[in-house]
Amino acid sequence: MKEIGELVLPDDLRYADDHEWAKPENDKMTIGVSDYAQDQLGDIVFVELPEIGATFGKGAQFGTVESVKAVAELYMPLGGEVLSINKLLEESPELLNKAPYREGWIIQVRPSDPSELNTLMTKEAYLQMLKGLKQ
Amino acid sequence: MRYLPHTHEEIASMLSVVGASSLDDLFSAVPRSCRRTRDMNLPEPLSEWALNRHMGELAKTVAVPPEATMYVGAGSYEHYIPQVVPYLLSRSEFVTSYTPYQPEMSQGTLQAVYEYQSLSARLLGMDVSNASMYDGASALAEAILMAIRITRKRKVALSGLIHPHFRKVAETYLGPAEYEIVELPYLRDGRTDLSMLGNIDDLAALAVQSPNFFGVIEDLKETAQRAHDQGALFITAFTEPLAYGILKSPGSLGADIVCGEGQSLGIPQSFGGPGLGIFATRINHVRNMPGRLVGKTVDAQGRQGFVLTLATREQHIRREKATSNICTNNSLCAVAATMYMACLGASGIRELSQLNHDKAEYLKSNLRNAGCKIPFDSPAFNEFVVDMGPGYEKNYARLLEKKIVAGLPLESYYPELKHHYLFCVTETKSKEEMDLLMKEIASGLF
Repeated sequence: MKEIGELVLPDDLRYADDHEWAKPENDKMTIGVSDYAQDQLGDIVFVELPEIGATFGKGAQFGTVESVKAVAELYMPLGGEVLSINKLLEESPELLNKAPYREGWIIQVRPSDPSELNTLMTKEAYLQMLKGLKQ
Repeated sequence: MRYLPHTHEEIASMLSVVGASSLDDLFSAVPRSCRRTRDMNLPEPLSEWALNRHMGELAKTVAVPPEATMYVGAGSYEHYIPQVVPYLLSRSEFVTSYTPYQPEMSQGTLQAVYEYQSLSARLLGMDVSNASMYDGASALAEAILMAIRITRKRKVALSGLIHPHFRKVAETYLGPAEYEIVELPYLRDGRTDLSMLGNIDDLAALAVQSPNFFGVIEDLKETAQRAHDQGALFITAFTEPLAYGILKSPGSLGADIVCGEGQSLGIPQSFGGPGLGIFATRINHVRNMPGRLVGKTVDAQGRQGFVLTLATREQHIRREKATSNICTNNSLCAVAATMYMACLGASGIRELSQLNHDKAEYLKSNLRNAGCKIPFDSPAFNEFVVDMGPGYEKNYARLLEKKIVAGLPLESYYPELKHHYLFCVTETKSKEEMDLLMKEIASGLF
């Protein structure tokens, strides 16, 4: 497992308590899981994706990630309608381990309330939370 | 891997390691009010021969083949079990084996269960079978819960011709939850009436049994279509898997989940159990399937090996989000079914299945010729309903004294079916026995 200092946490993302990240692009929001989450889960073997068009509130479960040792639920960092899903993950779930912020993105949503983004943590706040978890 | 109980010496040595003076001392953390203080009210132990006689006396109080001639199936079937099955099954590696969590210790058990899964899946025409469940009734209840999980809908339609005990168990499972069961009536031809299906919204699953409780073969293809048209999954239940030796498999006719009782496959009827819950589905639903699953893989040197797989569905990893709170299987019964199916082979199962059908048709046509009414005259397998008319109760009791169990009275399950009896004929019944039954019935009629 990675030490805190080894984790990659991009500056331009916002982070949720459950280790999802959200990245705003115009009126859309891309969602994935953080480097910390993929590292804790280990080798990911299956990702269950939602249906396009489904709407979830902030905090609602929208999918699951299964690794060789555990299954974790995916929760919406902010509410919205699913516009697209990363179909590549069906065949290559390991993308979540290899590139959690690029090829390993999970879904793209149209936020129902874009201001919810402000309820998420910045990189610095997330890093502080992780330090607390590690202790 | 064998399961061996601890000796008194081993228990004493373990107690001394943890620093407890006795087992009572070890359990001292259990509140006094939760502990039993009185001894259990049990009779004195018997010697082996006295116990044997006692069990023999008990056995005499129920009708047991071959002393009794049984014409009753209804979920538990008298089939001949080839000697090779109990002989192989009595090996301690199978009888005393423990849960195969350690694959390096359990290749034999794991391979046997893998073969069970392969044979069951092939018989039912499905992609994947689990390592088995308790019995047909709990397998059906688990199938319903699985369909609800997949579709995220909350109503299920169950055919009224599913075994009444299976439906009771399904009600017990679903009753306390917020799910709703709608029971579908039956038609005059003895098949499920699907006409009210269109009025049910939010339908997660449609389940029928085939051959159904009246012994009639359902139109699975049409039923599957009706379920799928409403975005529901189609569940096929069964109590007599031998029927699929000559019938088209539920999988080839559109079933999404197939589940039922496997007692027919080499497992003694005993006193109604233990049974074998067979459970199979499509590969795209495998992650939602309940129960244990064995997979085939290779080790670091490329050698074939077997392991428990997709265990993240299960309770010991997934806790309250597991696909089921049943995380065991009926391994010994599953292994018996494997031996039975392997020993018959594909052509053997087909022949045996045909024999069951033909013998049942023989008795059915004789009863019809004797003036009995066959109310649901649709294609059937080895069971059928007969309207024996008023007054048959006396004849039935008289036959029972002669150790012939001539049908199962249906009135207690279906109050509208007075004087109706469910008959079953398996390969174990000879022409002479059936001719004798006809003579006895005829003598009671006049």
